[in-house]
Amino acid sequence: MAAVAALNAVEVDYPGPKSGRWRALGPFDLVLNAGETVSLVGPSGCGKSTALRLLAGLEAPTRGEVVRAAGRGETALVFQSPTLAPWLDAAANVALPLELAGVGKAAARRRAIEALARVGLAEAASSAPRALSGGMAMRVSLARALVTEPRLLLLDEPFAALDETVRRRLADDMLALVAELGCAACFVTHNVEEAVYVGSRVVVMTPSPGRTAYETAVTAPLPRPAGFRATPLFRDTAETVSARLAQAMEGASA
Amino acid sequence: MKRLVGIVAPLALIAVLLGAWEAACRILAIPAYFLPPPSAVAAALVAEAATLTRSALNTLAMAMAALALAAVAALGLALVSAFSFTVERAVRPLALALQVTPMIAVAPLVAIWAGVAHPERAVVALASLAAFFPIFSGALTGLQSADRDLHRLFALYGASRRQTLFRLRVPASAPFVVEGLRVAAGLAVIGAVVAEFVAGSGAAQGLAWRILEAGNRLQTARMLAAIVALALLAGLLHLGFTLVERRFFGRWLENKHALGVD
Repeated sequence: MAAVAALNAVEVDYPGPKSGRWRALGPFDLVLNAGETVSLVGPSGCGKSTALRLLAGLEAPTRGEVVRAAGRGETALVFQSPTLAPWLDAAANVALPLELAGVGKAAARRRAIEALARVGLAEAASSAPRALSGGMAMRVSLARALVTEPRLLLLDEPFAALDETVRRRLADDMLALVAELGCAACFVTHNVEEAVYVGSRVVVMTPSPGRTAYETAVTAPLPRPAGFRATPLFRDTAETVSARLAQAMEGASA
Repeated sequence: MKRLVGIVAPLALIAVLLGAWEAACRILAIPAYFLPPPSAVAAALVAEAATLTRSALNTLAMAMAALALAAVAALGLALVSAFSFTVERAVRPLALALQVTPMIAVAPLVAIWAGVAHPERAVVALASLAAFFPIFSGALTGLQSADRDLHRLFALYGASRRQTLFRLRVPASAPFVVEGLRVAAGLAVIGAVVAEFVAGSGAAQGLAWRILEAGNRLQTARMLAAIVALALLAGLLHLGFTLVERRFFGRWLENKHALGVD
């Protein structure tokens, strides 16, 4: 499998109070291959989002190396909130990355409407963001990420603010779209079950500064077959990941 | 019910105050040049309606011309400041100095520069000085208000500084600019009145002239009528801008929280 992006022994320091500096992340290693979804799970503030920004090329590591086969235009980012521009309708929000890349307005809108149709929102193309429910707004955000057909999709707790039924449906839709594109995805969450459900690999991180505490592969096909949550594989992996996460947190507080 | 209270309560208070004022003037036999009763002010308002309307329109025209000038200068400067950190740092203290300097102190100077023959130029210039800061400050705040994650998206998609400015920062600033314009419109009216007091009126006599003229003749009821007209003018302007703000940006701002894009 070809690596789309990798973090090699990266460390990120931020300026601390007074003249000191504090380590937010690392040393941390991560490889993202085409066609796989890697879940990063860890406590709040462990540097998960920092790792995503490194992968996106929005931040540089203090030490270590970021390898990115996917260029900037081939990387997409989905945030915890839908982050839609309130002055644009849904289709214009989705068309934005294309227009910024120089695609003509009409062509960009046509592709945006196609992307909206892929997330089941074709009829909402002309809706203002304020008219959309939380789940719909997140689908628009997902359509905006996928409209450029990225090789690398980065998701920063995208479903955290949604209720359980909506987040489950969105997780399935997201996995189907990722499989269709064949891109590499990195999914940040602090929900263990969600991490196991969407990840072909799950990486458990330690509290700040985030390092790898545990890593495991989830050997079921993506998108997940119906009833996957009821299988022993899912339940056992979720139990193990949960235990390892608790262990990592205890280790940090001990 | 709350809405009804919001309308009735202030009206009731005004009625009570006016009643007390009227009663006090009659019972204590206060001389009309010192404090005329509200009935006399109302009579002056009716009698002078045509003149006051003409003067109010003159004041409004000068305040609006000043607002337009101030808006062009303030928005232009805010845009340039948004593009360059150095310009922003250079301009901010000067803009602030302009804001904290009492306008009345600058008025005689501006009157000299405008020339005795052109007091209306002094009025417009001073009113635009008064209106400048809220628009500039609103625009600058607005240009920096766009969501951090939207900025990250623009960076991720390789947007140029120009694209980021015109497709993200400028639209995000719109509600702040309208708010700045609303505050500035009120200040422009105040500026136009103060300037007319100091620089005088040309052919176009505004409400300040009416106030001064009535004051000089000890026609206090006419003076109060002109002040009421001025308050009405400022109130209507405020209402106009508030309606524009609600119509175009109300629901947008309300939903910023719901969408987490604040």
